[in-house]
Amino acid sequence: MSLLDISNLSLSIGETPVLRDVSLRIGKGEIVALTGESGSGKSLTAFSVMRLLPQGSALSGAIRLGDTDLTAMDEPGLCALRGKDIGMVFQEPMTALNPVQTIGAQVSEPVRLHEGTTRAAARARAEDVLARVGLPPDRFPLSRYPHELSGGQRQRVVIAMAIVLRPRLLIADEPTTALDVTTQAQILDLLTGLTREDGMGLMMITHDLAVVAGMADRIAVMREGRIVEEAPTRDLLTGMQHPYTKALFAASAHRVALPPAPPPEPLLVAQNVTRSYTLRRTRLFAKPRVVEAVRDVSFTLNRGERLGLVGESGCGKSTLTRVLLGLDPAQAGRITLNGAPLRAGSAEAPVQNRMQVVFQDPFGSFNPRHTVGRLISEPFHALPDAPGGQARAQAIAAALSDVGLSPDDQHRYIHEFSGGQRQRIAIARALITRPDLVIFDEAVSALDVSVRVRILDLLADLCRSYGLTWLFISHDLSVVRSVTDRVLVMQAGKIVEEAPTETLFTAPRHPYTRKLLAAVPTLDLPLRESTERHV
Amino acid sequence: MNRQLAIGLGLSGFFILLALVSLVWTPFDHTSLDIPGKLQLPGSAHLLGTDHLGRDILSMVMVGARTSVAVALVALVIGLSFGVPLGLAAAARRGSWLDQTIMRGNDIVFAFPLLVMAILITAVFGPSAVNAIIAFGIFNIPVFARVTRGAALPLWEREFIMAARVAGKGPARISLEHILPNVTNMLIVQGTIQFALGIQVEAALSFVGLGVQPPTPSLGRMLADAQTLVTLAPHLAIVPGLAIILIVLGLNLAGDGLRDQLDPRLRRHRV
Amino acid sequence: MLRYILKRSGSLVLSLAVASLIIFAVTEIAPGDPASFMLGLNAQPETLAALRTELGLDVPKIQRYFSWVGGMLTGDFGTSYTYRTQVSEMVADRIAVSIPLAVYALTLSVIIAIPAGLFAASRRGGAGDTGVMAATQLGVAVPNFWFAMMLVLVFAIHWSWFPAGGFPGWDKGFGTALRALTLPAIALALPQAAILTRVMRSALLDVLGEDFMRTARAKGLSPRQALWRHGLRNAFIPVLTVIGLQFSFLFAGTIIIEQVFYLPGLGRLIFQSISARDLIVVESVVMLVVFGVIMINFLVDLAYAAIDPRLRTRA
Repeated sequence: MSLLDISNLSLSIGETPVLRDVSLRIGKGEIVALTGESGSGKSLTAFSVMRLLPQGSALSGAIRLGDTDLTAMDEPGLCALRGKDIGMVFQEPMTALNPVQTIGAQVSEPVRLHEGTTRAAARARAEDVLARVGLPPDRFPLSRYPHELSGGQRQRVVIAMAIVLRPRLLIADEPTTALDVTTQAQILDLLTGLTREDGMGLMMITHDLAVVAGMADRIAVMREGRIVEEAPTRDLLTGMQHPYTKALFAASAHRVALPPAPPPEPLLVAQNVTRSYTLRRTRLFAKPRVVEAVRDVSFTLNRGERLGLVGESGCGKSTLTRVLLGLDPAQAGRITLNGAPLRAGSAEAPVQNRMQVVFQDPFGSFNPRHTVGRLISEPFHALPDAPGGQARAQAIAAALSDVGLSPDDQHRYIHEFSGGQRQRIAIARALITRPDLVIFDEAVSALDVSVRVRILDLLADLCRSYGLTWLFISHDLSVVRSVTDRVLVMQAGKIVEEAPTETLFTAPRHPYTRKLLAAVPTLDLPLRESTERHV
Repeated sequence: MNRQLAIGLGLSGFFILLALVSLVWTPFDHTSLDIPGKLQLPGSAHLLGTDHLGRDILSMVMVGARTSVAVALVALVIGLSFGVPLGLAAAARRGSWLDQTIMRGNDIVFAFPLLVMAILITAVFGPSAVNAIIAFGIFNIPVFARVTRGAALPLWEREFIMAARVAGKGPARISLEHILPNVTNMLIVQGTIQFALGIQVEAALSFVGLGVQPPTPSLGRMLADAQTLVTLAPHLAIVPGLAIILIVLGLNLAGDGLRDQLDPRLRRHRV
Repeated sequence: MLRYILKRSGSLVLSLAVASLIIFAVTEIAPGDPASFMLGLNAQPETLAALRTELGLDVPKIQRYFSWVGGMLTGDFGTSYTYRTQVSEMVADRIAVSIPLAVYALTLSVIIAIPAGLFAASRRGGAGDTGVMAATQLGVAVPNFWFAMMLVLVFAIHWSWFPAGGFPGWDKGFGTALRALTLPAIALALPQAAILTRVMRSALLDVLGEDFMRTARAKGLSPRQALWRHGLRNAFIPVLTVIGLQFSFLFAGTIIIEQVFYLPGLGRLIFQSISARDLIVVESVVMLVVFGVIMINFLVDLAYAAIDPRLRTRA
């Protein structure tokens, strides 16, 4: 008999139906992945099982955990069940913990709540479980507060809290989305190991198909509130049936076709660039600490070349971007574009305008009070010979057409567009002055996989039409692999490896690059044994 | 338009209208004395009764509201015209000596309770409506500086500001073009709150003799006159008091309503 | 933690120094010479000079500033121009009325506001919430001195439950004295309670939307348990700020309320001194009030660190 049996679950919030006829089973010790794009209803399925739904939700169907039907239970009964029989791990480890309580108090809370043990006994249990998730008490005493831990460590605390009572079912809602790739691999290993050891059922919710392929026993693909396909992982990967599933996996594995790069001719040259921050003094008479976010970085970007920059959060890639864009000054080193030096914060510099940028956040990149036409023509500001009147209107219309939007869209405001359309507008803004160089700063990281593919294809098209040069910065190695000719790997402020893209991915030399690549989950599962891996 | 906003605008609008009408017409001359007809209760001749000198209370409330609104409004303009640029500048140069100085200065002004500031100014320069305005105007400056800076700082981290900087725009231009329009909502809301507070402050200062001086009527002065007579003729205190309450209530409701109206994020409180 | 306290103490001293400079400078530019004001128009130049020496008006300004500040640090607030008595003695009597009144009012305000805010937040959108919110809107709009007049009208004159004004002194018994302060405290507290209720409610609603509250529910805590164990302490962070601000407000508010109830507090002292142009008293009392406000903000900062561990390490 299965541990969790969801049958014909439908859910509507207010008048809007969000889940339709969802049926899913999870057995003891089984990992079932629920995947799909944003808005597909995968998280709401999890919250339905927890019965933690927003007000105004109407639920029908049955959710059985063992012999009990959760839909028929009253609130006190559910409270007795949550945290004891079902544990849950959330996406955002930074906010999922109470900032004003110690981790000891938070991890021991379920023990005291459900088993009524003494404080000392509960704390002993908390120490045990924290050690089990990789936070041994000698290094991570119970008196630590969440803000004293890193993101990955916090996620371990959240997991400890969820499994301290050895629940029968563990629900993990995008548990690694907010984490770096090496941390992600550790957390996924931890979750898999715990599931196997304790014989729990694990409902793993993630948008990342590669994560799913690497760890799940079975996969259910959701779309618009329905499960469109469900099968054991191996079967699904080798013989997927539903066209949506096929499209989703095809999008994840998609490679764009870049035109070949022209012969090398240096465009952007960075020599020994260093950027450090002075931290505020922590002690009254101590020397202020200096953090070197970018240390002695040198590289050359050739005209027409597509260069990638990868690294984990905090490695200095954002700082380097800001320095290249002239938003922050460099303390040492020299950057030239077309042989002319770049200076930070110089509004007059025409050189600056030969460089444009596309940011990650499709929602934060635009002033909500300006029309699209005004937004995308902003880069004309510092151009000495910026077109005016009719010529400007034509340039705006052409820029919008180039990115697949209608020239009429220039009169609309940004809130009328979807995330993917906004990134198109951001690209239009970056290209309108025909800059020598475009910097893409995590430009597709916030997009769903199917939207991402269309944007990447658009970039390849534009590259064919206009011969673009770009620096593509991302934590997502698979994206970088598909849209660059050469890659720089950054760690702790330094560039540790530099190689042509295919060479780097197939024959990495630096240990950090190897570690990074090993941590990346891949879709090539049929070649690999997954089930025995973590036992 | 939401209900709060409608009620708020209606209430405060009504009194502001009354105050404006008083410029051209009042039922009686608010300065004409009629000692035999003093302390009349509200009735057909005098809609809201007469005071201890036989003056028509409705006329006095109309003119008094005008004074109170004018005092609050001028102080508001002072606060906005100094506070907003300071706040914008502090945010644009975050962490610099300019920012530090502005914020330190704010802290110091905040350490002076409004009334204490008014007392200090009045003690030195003598009581007058102008000094009351200056005191409240000075009090408003750090309020708006802080609100502006607080709202502007997260904007400076937003990517559209970085895009503008990449386009070569300087801090002053970015502040005017991108920051100011995006903090206006917050300023309007804070403005209605400070406006309402201004009405109360005028009343309080005039009540203790630090504000508007005789013979100019104001709602606060009417209450000061009423204090000794309140047992004899409670309506002398009740009528101007209610007028203050209704104006302030109206402005506060309008402020809250505006905030909900202008900021859709506040309407989406998760459970 | 020690680092945090040291840092705050540093800015405390700085604020006090700047505030004292401002107060001194403003009173210095006041027109008129206190000595000639005290002696009238027909004073002999010799007596005038003698008085100026006695009052210490003939030394350079910088020296006067430092002797004023130095005096206050040792409890010597100077000599009143009009009463020719020590300002510190006059102030000591008055503070025994003003501070208890402010504390009384703050206590009332907190006692009313915390439960009212909790009640409204727990019934968000319901009739109870709407009722509380409407009451707070009204409460915020009512001027405290007007409310004081109405309280006198009803509870002192109509029903004679409380005295209409005056203060018998603490030596007449704690109960009697407290009774005399009750109506003034209510008048001061109610508008502040309305503000604090709103802050408490919105702080709670903000906290209820936090991710860690969902985590708490996922552990099996009931909504009420989650609120008590995880919500309240986080919600108190903004509430504490407002309580700190309110104390300064109340402290200053007593100045007006004392006028309505004829209470012999700091407020009356200030007004008497203003009309007598006794600037040394005004100067010292204003400095005292500002000192009180800055001290309270300092204490609130320390209380923050007690509530929020993030502040202790970050400093």
